[in-house]
Amino acid sequence: MAKGIKDKVAILGMGCSKFGERWESGAEELMLEAFKECLSDSGIDKKQLQAAWFSTAIDEVHVGKSGIPLSTTLRLPNIPVTHVENMCASGTEAFRGACYAVASGAVDFALALGVEKLKDTGYGGLPGGRGGPLQALWSANGTAPGNFAQLATAYQTAHGVADADLKRAIGHVSWKSHQNGAKNPKAHLQKAVDMDTILNAPMIASPLGLFDCCGVSDGAAAAIVTTPEIAKSLGKHDIVSVKALQLSVSNGSESGHNSWDGSYFHTTRIASKKAYEEAGIKDPRKEVSMFEVHDCFSVTELVTMEDLHISETGKGWKDVLDGFYDADGKIPCQIDGGLKCFGHPIGASGLRMLYEMYLQFQGRAGARQLKDPRIGMTHNLGGAPRENVSSISIVGRYE
Amino acid sequence: MVGITGYGAYVPRLRLSRQAVYDANKWFAPGLRGQAKGERAMANWDEDSVTMGVEAARDCLNGTDPKSLRNLFFASTTLPFKDRQNAGVIGTALTVEQGLMASDVAGSQKAGTSALIAGLTAAQSGAPTLVVAAEKRMARVASANELQFGDGAAAMLCGTDKVIAKLLAHHSVSMDFVDHFRGDESDFDYTWEERWIRDEGYVKIVPPAVKAALAAAKLKGADINHFVMPALMAAIPKQMAKMCGVAETAVRDNLGANLGDTGAAHSLMVLAHTLESAKPGERIMVLAFGQGLDVVILEVTEEIAKLSKRRGVSGWLARGKVETNYMKFLAFNDMLPIDKGMRAEFDKKTALSVLWRKRDMIYGLVGGKCRVCGTVQFPKSQVCVNPNCHAMDSQDDYSMQGLEAAVMSFTADSLTYSPDPPAYYGMITFPEGGRFMADFTDSDKEQVKVGAKMRMTFRIRDNDQMRGGFKRYFWKAAPA
Repeated sequence: MAKGIKDKVAILGMGCSKFGERWESGAEELMLEAFKECLSDSGIDKKQLQAAWFSTAIDEVHVGKSGIPLSTTLRLPNIPVTHVENMCASGTEAFRGACYAVASGAVDFALALGVEKLKDTGYGGLPGGRGGPLQALWSANGTAPGNFAQLATAYQTAHGVADADLKRAIGHVSWKSHQNGAKNPKAHLQKAVDMDTILNAPMIASPLGLFDCCGVSDGAAAAIVTTPEIAKSLGKHDIVSVKALQLSVSNGSESGHNSWDGSYFHTTRIASKKAYEEAGIKDPRKEVSMFEVHDCFSVTELVTMEDLHISETGKGWKDVLDGFYDADGKIPCQIDGGLKCFGHPIGASGLRMLYEMYLQFQGRAGARQLKDPRIGMTHNLGGAPRENVSSISIVGRYE
Repeated sequence: MVGITGYGAYVPRLRLSRQAVYDANKWFAPGLRGQAKGERAMANWDEDSVTMGVEAARDCLNGTDPKSLRNLFFASTTLPFKDRQNAGVIGTALTVEQGLMASDVAGSQKAGTSALIAGLTAAQSGAPTLVVAAEKRMARVASANELQFGDGAAAMLCGTDKVIAKLLAHHSVSMDFVDHFRGDESDFDYTWEERWIRDEGYVKIVPPAVKAALAAAKLKGADINHFVMPALMAAIPKQMAKMCGVAETAVRDNLGANLGDTGAAHSLMVLAHTLESAKPGERIMVLAFGQGLDVVILEVTEEIAKLSKRRGVSGWLARGKVETNYMKFLAFNDMLPIDKGMRAEFDKKTALSVLWRKRDMIYGLVGGKCRVCGTVQFPKSQVCVNPNCHAMDSQDDYSMQGLEAAVMSFTADSLTYSPDPPAYYGMITFPEGGRFMADFTDSDKEQVKVGAKMRMTFRIRDNDQMRGGFKRYFWKAAPA
């Protein structure tokens, strides 16, 4: 019987580039920016790395395929480099690969690095036009905001939430992230925004307005992982270890079978349950100190907090309005600004979430430092509500 | 006895206000003032002759198994493909391929009646034959044609079983009388002087041909109860009826008020409209003028009372929405170099090999039904989508195109490129089972709601202009 990943892997070092419209930098510069910080933080030498996982999701607009771009940019010592892609959850996928390699005993030190350089396309928003030749013939002419906007419609229908209530709740989600992002020097958007501005912003895909959508950013983030024993032997204190890594992938039932009502993430419910089990968490609302969830859109965060079994189904919007997830609330969510303000360079985002957790556990989060966090959960989602990959990790102090 | 066994029509939802066109163009063409009345049917951006033809065919078949068809004629002077059988696209959309002779009929304003004559002739052996005619003509800005033309389609089912209008006679003359032409280097008609067309064309060509047709049917002009004759010159039909001894009261309205002239489809359009209210025993004469004349004489039978209900011309005309935005009309017809933005640049290359493998799914909207659990699903897949089943290789074809769907969730997307923003799309569910994220069309804010009933309609999804205009067709959901 598998025992799971709990406490088998420790984070030895992490790094994260400044996120934003990095007109002056290509993917290579961003990768190095994150890697230099990560390597220096880990205290090991590049030659000690034995394997690497490299995540990008829309590689055709920047580095291209394979593990070669990472190996070449960092001049890695001809070690295995695996290029992973799982849409917006790619970053957590790289981390998972590196952790599993360490946990298996195959390597002592593994690198996970994610990058996305999106601002060379010439237009705002994510590049479109992806999918194979069959999809191109029948899938709706949709965008990410349009797909997630439907989560809002379906959520309202399922729980009888009035337009104004929903708009206020999702507005608060973004308001809170802007408050937090303003305290993060690496964030893409570092400006607090008032509710009126949020509520009156132009519509992108109804009911989602401009401030309901996260930033499209350039950036990179990286982690070096090892075992807790090795970390200790290297003289590390405040060790952060991995408690759970779970991934749930849609199998087409939401998009093709009438049993799903569109108001929740089927996969997130499954992955989070398994993650709590793997981490030995019985009452997450009491035990988890902080969340970094995939707030690609404000409504995604709202619904996700229910699917993570924190807010009651259909009541998440009330918790949001009560300030439960604010920086000074019961469980702060997106204390670093989240995708909304820190930014969303696709392949880096999962690692960016872990970076904030790592800083918080080590008391290095500066102006946004929380008091004594013990357990943190990241939720990294790829795809659309009807078809997605939902990746969960739980990290915490190693005791 | 051969004749018509069913009819159908299609008129696009949008009706362009002629006043709006005139208001925009009167600085240049004040002489059009007299025509600034009523509306003309205007195809949505995602409609062409093929898509409108499919809709008219569906309206016409209305329960008749398309697989029973043996011949399919498609008439138009605005065929989307020069070389790729347009009738074949319609056939595939109707999910009929085997045992089908399909043919495009083009090149003249009488293509519709020529196809009808060919269809009636082919059906004499008893082979069910579908005749479809559709037109989406372009006209120059500030031209009379812009106000006169309308977009639309009509269909006639021909056969020998349950004939609602039997063929009495037909007669044709073909001569190279060039009242207008559209060369292959132009999208627009070039027309000679109206008075010459009337005096040397209609007056000299129509009466003798009609006389010959009446003789073949052993009838006199006075025996004709319905005289169907499209003409851009409003006075012509009555003048011709008089010259042929047909009562003025028999002359059918050409639906100019809110449809416009649908070109090669118009004779069949007005015939379809006539059949909606024609009584047994009445005789209908159908004419089409264009480098000669086709004359078809039909007699309505008792069977007409038993014909299943369909939308027909009146039904489609009744669901119109007046469009007063002339700029939109120009943009939809690619007459305005509008800034589409970079999102319009995504490559729309179609893998023809994929299209062929998946033609039932893409053109026929054929899904699957699991033999083990009974779940209907789209697309049909090798492993059943029902989470409690997942049976392998258990599905039979299941046609979804005729099913009514309901909106489960939707959005109005202003980010994605659409020729008619915002783009409406959403998850639609079929009560029989099955769902998919579908583009919506003919939709606006008032109609699209959670739970709204939707009807599937065959439309253009993309136009691959990089490769000369390959239209990608698929099904969209429109408010029912």
